[in-house]
Amino acid sequence: MIDSDALTKRYDGRSVLHDVSFRCEPGTVTGFLGPNGAGKTTTLRVLCGLSEPDTGRATVLGGSYRDLPNPAHRVGVLLDASAQHPGRRGREVLAVSAQTIGVPERRVDDLLERVGLDRAAARKRVRQYSLGMRQRLGLAHALLGDPEVLILDEPANGLDPEGMRWMRGLLRDFADRGGTVLLSSHLLGEVQAIADRIVIIGAGRIVAQGASDDLLAGAGTLVSAADHARLALALRSAGLDARPTGDGGLVVDASPEAVGRAALQGGVALTHLGPAEGAGLESLYFELTTEEAA
Amino acid sequence: MSAATIAHPAALAPRSLERPGLARLTAVELRKMTDTRAGFWLQLAVAALTVVVVGAACLFAHPEDQTLRSMLAIAVAPASILLPIVGILLVTSEWSQRTGMVTFALVPRRGRVMAAKLLASVVLSLVALALCVVVAVVGTAVASPGLDHTWALPIGLLGQHVVSLGTGMISGVALGAALLASAPAIVCQFALPLAWAIAGRVAGLDTIVHWLDPTSSLAPMTEHLMDATEWARAGTTLALWMVLPLLIGLWRIQRGEIR
Repeated sequence: MIDSDALTKRYDGRSVLHDVSFRCEPGTVTGFLGPNGAGKTTTLRVLCGLSEPDTGRATVLGGSYRDLPNPAHRVGVLLDASAQHPGRRGREVLAVSAQTIGVPERRVDDLLERVGLDRAAARKRVRQYSLGMRQRLGLAHALLGDPEVLILDEPANGLDPEGMRWMRGLLRDFADRGGTVLLSSHLLGEVQAIADRIVIIGAGRIVAQGASDDLLAGAGTLVSAADHARLALALRSAGLDARPTGDGGLVVDASPEAVGRAALQGGVALTHLGPAEGAGLESLYFELTTEEAA
Repeated sequence: MSAATIAHPAALAPRSLERPGLARLTAVELRKMTDTRAGFWLQLAVAALTVVVVGAACLFAHPEDQTLRSMLAIAVAPASILLPIVGILLVTSEWSQRTGMVTFALVPRRGRVMAAKLLASVVLSLVALALCVVVAVVGTAVASPGLDHTWALPIGLLGQHVVSLGTGMISGVALGAALLASAPAIVCQFALPLAWAIAGRVAGLDTIVHWLDPTSSLAPMTEHLMDATEWARAGTTLALWMVLPLLIGLWRIQRGEIR
């Protein structure tokens, strides 16, 4: 179980986390979604005791991470797959950590096999690893102590579609056995594919969170018209809030019927009218990422 | 390999969840010094250079300088220059290679990691000195200058060698911890004592310099049995060059961000 309670942090007067609160329950995979620089990594680093929040409290399994006597046996962490000494062999990376946390070295070979790194790959130095291989090594590293909680920063980054499916299966299986998974990503599709809960962060603030199904179903209506400006005007005069999606449509916080009426009132011919489904989340995320680009 | 043996988070069997002991952490730090390509070659370079300098002394030194005592003083030269660098890298590589994120996630009590690094430094210094003694003994036997005191080596001098190599490497760890960056730490390791000595001469502060200059006040350690004043000078020098950076480094690491 992971509990982030009102975390706030500033670097050089710039607010990087503001009142970040969320919980991850056993048996779930939580996707921590946000554009680059939104505060995902900082939050995860605070959870793992590598960084101190200015205010607020982060707990893992009911206590502070730094108070866990031998944390790797309770919490598996992958914060940056590239943060490994390039001159060390892949197997040795795991063996050193296995020795540190006191697990037998044969488990290293089991895990290498489990994450799909064969003997030749295990003998290579990390310098020669692709990003995908580093992610697999990092995941093996996180699983080394047979933990109950996994905290993974961008674990799907660099994986091919086959690797993505493999990771989804592995994390699903981990959660189904009662484990808690928190993984970050800047790609909505990635999170949609893996997570059953989603927490969205933008510019250091949590902007939405909930079960993936709820967020994706999203109350609301997706509507579009050839005359975009007139549609927007019609919705506004009907008192309906509308947000643009990435591809020219509008997401409205109202039923399709209410939106249809507004269009009729405004005399706009619609090209599309239907429940928003994923589009609400997509448009929210689109706004976040374009704000960041602006 | 079945999945059940790898991930059964819900069915946690009782097992060793206690804090890793310092002995184990020290062993891990020693392993990390030699299991990378750079670390391996650095250690090998120390060993090879020791053999080379003693070999050269066998061939070219004056018989008076071929006694065990002299041979040992020559043998420790490569280690006393390179071990501080090993000490620097032992700390700074955690930042430059960013392995600190793994190290301090596995052992969140950062002071314990640093204690293990210091203990590992002491162990490595002792191993290096043992190697130097062996090479020096072989060198002396080969050269056999045939003097009365060929094999004379006061135990106190051997002890001073231990202190010299050990504090040298710990100073490296301290400098690495204070600066948390490899290149500046290595430059400081060589440039600062030099700059200090020169500055002292220019400003005419020789008295102070004597008490704080590593080049002059630590040199007697490998040369002869030191008297009380020399020990006092070595002590004040080490306080400035080893203890102070170590305290700064521990403070920085304890409360800083690990990136």
